[in-house]
Amino acid sequence: MHNKSIAELARGLRSGEFSSVELTQAFLDRIKRHSSLNCYVTVTEDLALQEAKAADDRIAEGDATLLTGIPVAQKDIFCTQGVKTTCGSKMLDNFIAPYNATVVDKFNQAGAVMLGKLNMDEFAMGSSNETSYYGAVRNPWDLNAIPGGSSGGSAAAVAAGLTVCATGTDTGGSIRQPAAHCGITGLKPTYGRVSRYGMIAYASSLDQGGPMAHSAEDAAIMLQVMAGFDERDSTSVDLPVPDYRAGLNNPIEGLKIGLPKEFFGDGLNSDVAAVIESAVNEYRKLGAHIKEVSMPNLKLAIPAYYVIAPAECSANLSRFDGVRYGYRCANPVDLTDLYVRSRGEGFGKEVKRRILMGTYALSAGYYDAYYIKAQKVRRLISEDFKKALSEVDVIMGPVAPSTAFGIGEKIGNPIEMYLSDIYTIAINLAGLPAMSVPAGIVGGKPVGLQIIGNYFAEDRLLNIAHQYQQITDWHQQSPKGFE
Amino acid sequence: MEWEAVIGLEIHTQLATKSKIFSGASTAYGAEPNTQACAVDLGLPGVLPVLNEEAVRMAVLFGLAIEAEIAPYSIFARKNYFYPDLPKGYQISQFELPIVGLGHLDIDVDGVKKRIGVTRAHLEEDAGKSLHEDFHGLTGIDLNRAGTPLLEIVSEPDMRSAKEAVAYMRKLHELVRYLGICDGNMQEGSFRCDANVSVRPKGQQAFGTRAEIKNINSFKFVEKAINYEIERQIDLIESGGAVVQETRLYDAAKDQTRSMRSKEEANDYRYFPDPDLLPVVVDEAFKAQVKTTMPELPDAKKQRFKEQYGLDEESTAILTSSRPLADYFEIVVKESACEARICANWVTGDLLAALNRSGLEISDSPVSHERLAGLLARISDDTISGKIAKQVFEEMWQGTASADEIIEAKGLKQITDTGAIEAIIDKIIADNPGQVEQYRSGKDKVFGFFVGQVMKEMQGKANPGEVNKMLKDKLK
Repeated sequence: MHNKSIAELARGLRSGEFSSVELTQAFLDRIKRHSSLNCYVTVTEDLALQEAKAADDRIAEGDATLLTGIPVAQKDIFCTQGVKTTCGSKMLDNFIAPYNATVVDKFNQAGAVMLGKLNMDEFAMGSSNETSYYGAVRNPWDLNAIPGGSSGGSAAAVAAGLTVCATGTDTGGSIRQPAAHCGITGLKPTYGRVSRYGMIAYASSLDQGGPMAHSAEDAAIMLQVMAGFDERDSTSVDLPVPDYRAGLNNPIEGLKIGLPKEFFGDGLNSDVAAVIESAVNEYRKLGAHIKEVSMPNLKLAIPAYYVIAPAECSANLSRFDGVRYGYRCANPVDLTDLYVRSRGEGFGKEVKRRILMGTYALSAGYYDAYYIKAQKVRRLISEDFKKALSEVDVIMGPVAPSTAFGIGEKIGNPIEMYLSDIYTIAINLAGLPAMSVPAGIVGGKPVGLQIIGNYFAEDRLLNIAHQYQQITDWHQQSPKGFE
Repeated sequence: MEWEAVIGLEIHTQLATKSKIFSGASTAYGAEPNTQACAVDLGLPGVLPVLNEEAVRMAVLFGLAIEAEIAPYSIFARKNYFYPDLPKGYQISQFELPIVGLGHLDIDVDGVKKRIGVTRAHLEEDAGKSLHEDFHGLTGIDLNRAGTPLLEIVSEPDMRSAKEAVAYMRKLHELVRYLGICDGNMQEGSFRCDANVSVRPKGQQAFGTRAEIKNINSFKFVEKAINYEIERQIDLIESGGAVVQETRLYDAAKDQTRSMRSKEEANDYRYFPDPDLLPVVVDEAFKAQVKTTMPELPDAKKQRFKEQYGLDEESTAILTSSRPLADYFEIVVKESACEARICANWVTGDLLAALNRSGLEISDSPVSHERLAGLLARISDDTISGKIAKQVFEEMWQGTASADEIIEAKGLKQITDTGAIEAIIDKIIADNPGQVEQYRSGKDKVFGFFVGQVMKEMQGKANPGEVNKMLKDKLK
């Protein structure tokens, strides 16, 4: 049951082949059996079974959506009323939100069953899931490898069949990179497409929630529920949400694909490059035209990102001060001590590093040289994409320069870790939508193809990914031991 | 040496919106601590601010009233600092691009008019309150005020004396209440002032080093604090010292300012644009729409009151000191058909005196404008005299009856029947031959005696004009 698509499961639920309670129980059993992957921070077993029961009733009443009764899991960055939301941090180890994130509300309204909360890099800061207070997540394809990050728990759980699908968030690649490393399909929507309300902020101008699933079709079903204007999020965009599933089978003949030469230079593993080339070839067979494009400012994306994101996070994380909720140090002697020790003890190393970088970048005398300059670079990068996307329909390239690296391999070297997001970060700076689609396996580990589209072209991206998944089966492969 | 003070004011006005600037929680004052703070105000993880359009409308209305440039595009910024009553660890404010740009306000000090520049006015959220009493050495936090909209109005350093500063502050206080954007309640902190004060030798162009005096919450204290600070700075310089740039607090009990923190200890607020909020775009249509809601402003109203009603400076100033009072007066004039000057005397005299005695605002007056107009109408149609009217007014203040009902019930109607008055006059003249003799021999003062006697006999109900006329005839 754990490898079926959402549509297949929905059919099974409706035909009475199995109930949501049975389906949910099957996933809860698998979660227990594979707990050593460390995908979940919290498993909401009782709640899930309650919700499954309610979903069964709803299905019986004939009032079901495609997601009614389908087990999903939430990245632990989305606030869930009455269920602990940790954001992967000691700081929020005791935090229970009195409200749901808009995304969580929407899954609830659709009748989805929440299995639990998924492990992640602390406050979404990391590319390997190793910065989590709850420990590293193992990649089901190679238990000694990282699953990617920050949505590492989400990607590993979907790949290992510990949920049907999962939510993720993507600030610099946090949906796409783990999706690539775990061989699943992930979509980072256009900035503003999915509400950020109740999604704990890392870098507000870059954060965007999105679906992580086996296939483009499953991702389309999820996005249908997640997308849309939210009056509680001023940066969400009031545009109609298209029927994402309806367009999946549109022909893509004549599609113009751009390949930025900067995506294929030094630093890209040659085996990964070969996988991308062969994927592009599949598209050629489907009638696409391939064109080289250039993104001359791409090399500035990482430095610009590592000014803007830390700057925003330095303010976003100021609220974690030990005063109202979250971790508070023992026996503070005065206000300064309360602040210094609560934050010093509550935050991990990477979070502190980024708060410090951001604080520095915003300081008097440095603001223009760092923050303002980074914003200028951000505009230049957006212009690069705008120009390229005026020549082609979509841009393709790798998601990550290599397959999943080993646990412990890069955690001691932040710069090297940051460089693993070299192909994803620029897309966040431009606010564009992009997908990661399973496209091959190298050395037993999956490789993802990245497809970048124009603003609000999620329907087109899903269509293009779906067409590829009709002629390939990379998205259907399961890691050994998790079949 | 002769010194000159240079003063600029930063005034925080709490905008009178129903809900907070970035959340739907109520802004009402005085609720139980932390009962009017929602998830957004508490700065819980994941929550986002959504701008209250009403706060923008109020800021634009203010900008238009001071003939300021309204920014077509303004942005919110985060002002970063840690304090327990600042839930997010930053205050959402405006920094580089405020919504209201350069404008001005005209003040009048001892008959001399002066134009004071307003540098800018920007929207921001208020913080909560730290409560240091009642917690046995601990501090309580009340976040009811957190997120209350403020318009911070920053003046140019155009004022040269504490008197001018107070005149500017009063003028601004009057204006924001006229506009209905602030209740002006200084005890509740709805209108707070920080003053930047420096001194320089008279004639010198360059500014001296300034000190900022924080949170002065009454007109009286502003004047005292500034005067103290001017003296302190002059004494300091004259005794060979130098003013340091710092933030000072005014201690009303001791009537002095004391240092709070120096420039070195000041925060680096690390302002940057708030990525959670879109730029505020104010287009011509919005401005035009707001303009249609612009009330008549104090200066224009004063001018009109003088011209239209022929009132003197003093009555005008009192009547136009607040919009509700001015409106009350105008309705009374219209409904009573009584002479405006008499209406003005009644409103500024008996009515305000009664309100003051009871500690009431005009909006809570027990005698509504309809009822006062009903009373004054009876003066203007000679039903009662002004003197009787005061008696009727007292009755009206105590109860709910109309002037007509009281006049009727107490039989206070003025006697205009000349036959009745004549009979009384004849009787008085006959009874007081001595006084008649005195009057006729040239003692004009005795005339008052006769008037008094007649009125007394008629229980004040005779028409005084008629009595005067007839007495004069009879005594010839």
